[in-house]
Amino acid sequence: MNQRVYLDNNATTPLDPAVISAFSEALTLFGNPSSMHSFGREAASLVADARNEAAAILGATPGEIIFTSGGTESNNTVLSSFAPGIPAGDSVILPPPDRSELVVSAIEHPAILETAFALRDRYGITVHLAPVDTTGRIDLEALTHLVSEKTALVSIMLANNEIGTIQDLAAISAIAHKAGAFVHTDAVQAVGKIPLDVAALGVDYLSASAHKIHGPKGIGLLWMRRGVPFAPFMHGGHQEYGRRAGTVNAPAIAAFGTACRISREQLGPEAARLAGLRDRLRAGIEERISDTSVNGNREFCLPNTLNMSFRAAEGESTLLYLDLENIAVSTGSACASGSLEPSHVLLACGLTAELAHGSIRFSLGRTTTDEDIDYVLEKLPPIMARIRSMSTLR
Amino acid sequence: MSENTSSWVYSERVKEHFMNPRNVLRDEENFQDDGRGTVGSIQCGDEMLVLIQVRDGRITDCRWRTYGCASAIASTSALSEMVKGMSLDDAARITPKQILNYLHGLPDSKVHCSVLGDKALRAAIEDYYQRNGIVIEQQERPAKIICECIGVTDQDIMSAAKDGAVTWNELQQKTKIGTVCGKCKTHAMEILDESLFEIHHETLKMHD
Repeated sequence: MNQRVYLDNNATTPLDPAVISAFSEALTLFGNPSSMHSFGREAASLVADARNEAAAILGATPGEIIFTSGGTESNNTVLSSFAPGIPAGDSVILPPPDRSELVVSAIEHPAILETAFALRDRYGITVHLAPVDTTGRIDLEALTHLVSEKTALVSIMLANNEIGTIQDLAAISAIAHKAGAFVHTDAVQAVGKIPLDVAALGVDYLSASAHKIHGPKGIGLLWMRRGVPFAPFMHGGHQEYGRRAGTVNAPAIAAFGTACRISREQLGPEAARLAGLRDRLRAGIEERISDTSVNGNREFCLPNTLNMSFRAAEGESTLLYLDLENIAVSTGSACASGSLEPSHVLLACGLTAELAHGSIRFSLGRTTTDEDIDYVLEKLPPIMARIRSMSTLR
Repeated sequence: MSENTSSWVYSERVKEHFMNPRNVLRDEENFQDDGRGTVGSIQCGDEMLVLIQVRDGRITDCRWRTYGCASAIASTSALSEMVKGMSLDDAARITPKQILNYLHGLPDSKVHCSVLGDKALRAAIEDYYQRNGIVIEQQERPAKIICECIGVTDQDIMSAAKDGAVTWNELQQKTKIGTVCGKCKTHAMEILDESLFEIHHETLKMHD
């Protein structure tokens, strides 16, 4: 059998064929959506349709969504809106002046963590890290103590990219709002994978990205409730209601809109299908390989994500032996990250360094089949036996 | 820095050793070693065990085990091939650079993995000397690992001292010592002080 198995969908996803069609067609409509002539109007109409689709998948109003270059820019935009010293401007809504602290979770993506630390280093604002339990769920009790009348913003991801743990954002929003703080959620991994409604989440801002839902890279969105603090991150034009300068990337936005539509239409059955495959993978691994453990939360978990630790087997070796069998996964090992520290997410969940180094993430997607799971269950056990036979740890 | 555009993340040589590691220690072969050494730490994600057999001052055979990434496995495998038939003196002088050359290079961030192979080998040689009651002269004494995470030796600290390191920060900048768990700081600073004293002493002698 000579197949390629892609189980790294939380890193990025293949374009859906329908997205490729929409993208290709949109590429020929080259007009600038900001132009008043017919060329511009054609492109603007694509963008409007896509904004409606994006609103539909979030349960939001189209006018509250701006398109950005991706989740990272959306996250930077929100956090930077709470920096001190922002001058008043046309599209600026200043944050409350007496609040200067940020609260983010210990397991946020670097696009939040490093942005928060950069703001701390530049402006001297305080950043609090909200701890999680061993399954990666926010400790709500601890969060309550971290949030105060000094808190400007609480930013906590809806679903974690490494372990798939889903947070109780409604409860988190309630805690933050009670203290008068605003709430942002990085929903990059959650959108399109679980049912989602911004009103039910109770958040004020939400980031999403196209390439995690079978759309193209380089396009994302930021949803924000009307009237919440905001300062443009990109300057130099009146695009996106004056909130995000730069010529509007109509083809990518059209493709994003199509990706949102497909994800929304397939959501329920697809989530059930992926959860079924994921659970079969987990059970199959547990049956065939000893000394494994599952990371994350069984109940509150993305349907496509499985993160497991394998004792005495360093993750990068596992990843690369799997790659030689044409199976793509990822690992929380330090070796794969280019740093010497293993996954900050797994360490925050209390894993030992050995188990963090030995973690493998399988993230399934729309192209994942039953045969893919069989193939992994065939190839992984001998690889694990081989790595362990070479290991100093037994 | 150049971008790696090949289809595999490391060199073909690394891939070859990763796919077909040589001289791995098997439980069933009951290998009788004359010296063994372990370096590294699970904290950093790499740990290596090297076993040697010695006849007439030469390494006749070698076995190893590694907990670590692909480059750690490949570099230990490569080392085990390099040392067979080598005199203990030559083997004790194998440098990380020789291992890197043998493997046709590794990314910068991976170098600390292959650095460990030579340290494990030196620990095995030292173990062989110790078991046989052989005392070696100071100059030929194998380097001793001070920072297990990065694999920095007392000799590396001496070199850094000669290179102008006086404070912990300067030592870290030159050697990356203690940048993972930091447990070695006190020990490392003692050695740095000794090294600085020695250098100072030498300098005074030169001016006499």
